[in-house]
Amino acid sequence: MKLTLKIWRQADASAAGAMHTYELDGVSSDMSFLEMLDLLNEQLLTSGEEPVAFDSDCREGICGMCSLMINGQAHGPEVTTTCQLHMRSFTDGDTITIEPWRASSFPVLKDLVVDRTAFDRIIQNGGYISANTGSAPEANSVPAPRDKAMRSFNAATCIGCGACVAACPNGSASLFLGAKITHLGELPQGQPERYSRVASMVAQHDHEGFGGCTNIGECAAACPKEIPLDVISQLNRDLRTAIKQGF
Amino acid sequence: MATTDLVKGVRTTRSTIALKLLMAASGIVFILFVLVHMYGNLKAFAGHDAYNEYAEHIRTIGTPILPRTGALWVLRVMLIVSLVAHVAAAVALWQRASKARPVRYEVKRNLSSSLSSRTMRWGGITLLLFIIWHLINFTIGKVNVSGGATNDPYNLLVDSFDTWWLTVIYLIAMLALGLHLHHGTFSALQTLGLTNTLTSRTRARVLGWTVAIVIAGGFSLVPLFTLFGVIDK
Repeated sequence: MKLTLKIWRQADASAAGAMHTYELDGVSSDMSFLEMLDLLNEQLLTSGEEPVAFDSDCREGICGMCSLMINGQAHGPEVTTTCQLHMRSFTDGDTITIEPWRASSFPVLKDLVVDRTAFDRIIQNGGYISANTGSAPEANSVPAPRDKAMRSFNAATCIGCGACVAACPNGSASLFLGAKITHLGELPQGQPERYSRVASMVAQHDHEGFGGCTNIGECAAACPKEIPLDVISQLNRDLRTAIKQGF
Repeated sequence: MATTDLVKGVRTTRSTIALKLLMAASGIVFILFVLVHMYGNLKAFAGHDAYNEYAEHIRTIGTPILPRTGALWVLRVMLIVSLVAHVAAAVALWQRASKARPVRYEVKRNLSSSLSSRTMRWGGITLLLFIIWHLINFTIGKVNVSGGATNDPYNLLVDSFDTWWLTVIYLIAMLALGLHLHHGTFSALQTLGLTNTLTSRTRARVLGWTVAIVIAGGFSLVPLFTLFGVIDK
């Protein structure tokens, strides 16, 4: 199939960027979206142009490295990551607009690559449990209710790709934050640090310049792991408890 | 705006979520107020004397322990405090959001957000302007657009809504109120952390619809029925 690609090009973090248009022929419907971009880059290299920079790693939909705003949707039209999006979701002659995640907390480094280390610092500031090292404890010594374990597991599927921030008109990372708070706060192992954790992580979220949540739900719709909106309610409830406890 | 440092000395009361909690709490004050206000307005269907007696009764609640209009002023102060808190928090959050997402997308699709959720800010400004006019119209200034008397609450109401363009303004304001309540009710419950399951989230959405339709619909009855001549002098 033949495609028209409109892609954000930006030389580096301080340069001004602009949308550039490219024509790409010979795209197979079996290609993944990133393979399509690989094909474009081969064409650009042949003609002596700078290839388009974009993030990717596992290309299996599990690492959270790929991003891209595709035709106004984070990770494109399917509920999956960009690497697992295939060209059969598009038709011959389509124009595809590709932009980087837009948020001041995710500054563009080059072309479609953004700096998502703000997420790492949110995790660093409380997104963990403290456990003794040594041999692994007996698995059944700490009982976890099944419904809480399932909810925690579902929240733990968050891969930290940042689609929630990209889709949010307020540039809020509440879905990411809520997923981590629910993941750690629902299990017995997460209880000792539960309220100091939410206080620190929310403070880091605000410090990084992410916006507030208006509960519109664009984040949950964009999430490739289908994290539901109720993790944000959990986040709010835990923060409310943290306020009461004087954090 | 990216940083490399970790925040120490955390204060939860200064967080964005604390601002959101303030919005939710003050918003619930308004929901309860408009519900009672709407119910009171329906007295217009009971006729001139019943409506004016109701208007007078509001001023004498709690007497003689409270002075005349004492209870009314307690309510007014609560509403003013809530309004200041609601607007101040909204402005702070709006500024924060604009800084967090300064660059617009060339193409952006809305997948699941409702019209009401996307119009909260401009809808809120619309409501604020309306409230200012509404208070000038019926409380502070008592403006009778048809030039009649202003000391009789029922007659002022009938004169106002017999004016078609004023009725249109009120109906548009009720549309804005309905939209604001539709998302605001759900959003307040979510912000308070009361929607942790799919069932409770669905119930919160249904409650949003119910509150919006009952309140905006109930308010609209009086101007509409005045314009149609059912409520008259």
